[in-house]
Amino acid sequence: MIAEAFKFPEINSILRWKDLFTSFNKVALIAVAAAVIGSLIFILAGRKNALVAPKGVRNLAETSVEFIENGIVMQTMGKDGLGWTPFLLSLFLFIYLCNVPGIIPFLQMPATARMAIPMFLALLVWVIYNGVGIKHQGIGGYLKSTLFPPGVPKALYILVTPIEFISNILVRPFSLMVRLFANMLAGHILLVTFALLTSSLVTAETQQFLLKPMAILPFFMLVFLTAFEVLVAFLQAYIFTILTAVYIGGAAHPEH
Amino acid sequence: MEAIARLIAVTDPPQTPADVKAASAAASAGFAYGLAAIGPGIGIGYLVGKSVEAMARQPEAAGMVRTTMFLGIAFTEALALIGFVVFILIGL
Repeated sequence: MIAEAFKFPEINSILRWKDLFTSFNKVALIAVAAAVIGSLIFILAGRKNALVAPKGVRNLAETSVEFIENGIVMQTMGKDGLGWTPFLLSLFLFIYLCNVPGIIPFLQMPATARMAIPMFLALLVWVIYNGVGIKHQGIGGYLKSTLFPPGVPKALYILVTPIEFISNILVRPFSLMVRLFANMLAGHILLVTFALLTSSLVTAETQQFLLKPMAILPFFMLVFLTAFEVLVAFLQAYIFTILTAVYIGGAAHPEH
Repeated sequence: MEAIARLIAVTDPPQTPADVKAASAAASAGFAYGLAAIGPGIGIGYLVGKSVEAMARQPEAAGMVRTTMFLGIAFTEALALIGFVVFILIGL
């Protein structure tokens, strides 16, 4: 008989951390570290001699720039969008470095699993793609191309325009924010669940000799999910960046 | 009928309104997430299946198909994730 049933902790206790000092906790520390590490990589890489074959930090930096250029910008915006590479690269790197601490031992918390960082990033992207649209087409032209898509019968605009307004202006930043936030939070909660299951099976006060070795099952699941989170951390950063590129590209060059 | 009522009164401990509310919140949170996962599950399965089909037919277009596939997955998945957020908001 198990002495006490397995009890899942309050959601606050797995997401809130004690302040290191006033209003600065582990999540803020991870976000600051992500910004510092990201800048440091590129500052160090920029100091290396550009004429010799790249190695070490410079190799990493060049690979990531190439990945953003070929994997994201060229696929979504074409040659005109190459000027957006620095912005998309810093966005990608920041999100990735915020996601990855979710699986680094002793840190074990993705900074993007708190709403503040995804929300700020999504609002930033919202301001930028609307700004780009207004800059390239003028305020009237931008509203006309987003709210009144061409090729629709005139009578249908009563129906189409509100839908386009909601989906382009309101839902886009919301879904961008929720996608990143909920993915990282879900991964974090899954890891917490299986870690707790393992530890509560190992420490269970029980007469049944089969129960304690059963802890190997949630432990395997924990290892597998940790490997899965490596993939998710990369994929979410990639999806956030590629959607940003699609939105900016769509605002700059509307389909005719 | 009276016997059943007495049986229920014996087996069920007295419930406060707060208990009832918490119980129904927990139950509906489960339903909310479960229902929200059905559509995106079907959608992502269909989407990835079709993408694999396209990649197998035309391996040289695999890069383009993969990018578009991730975009589609991102849009489809958002619904399930909103369901997950609702689950947390009402369940925990």
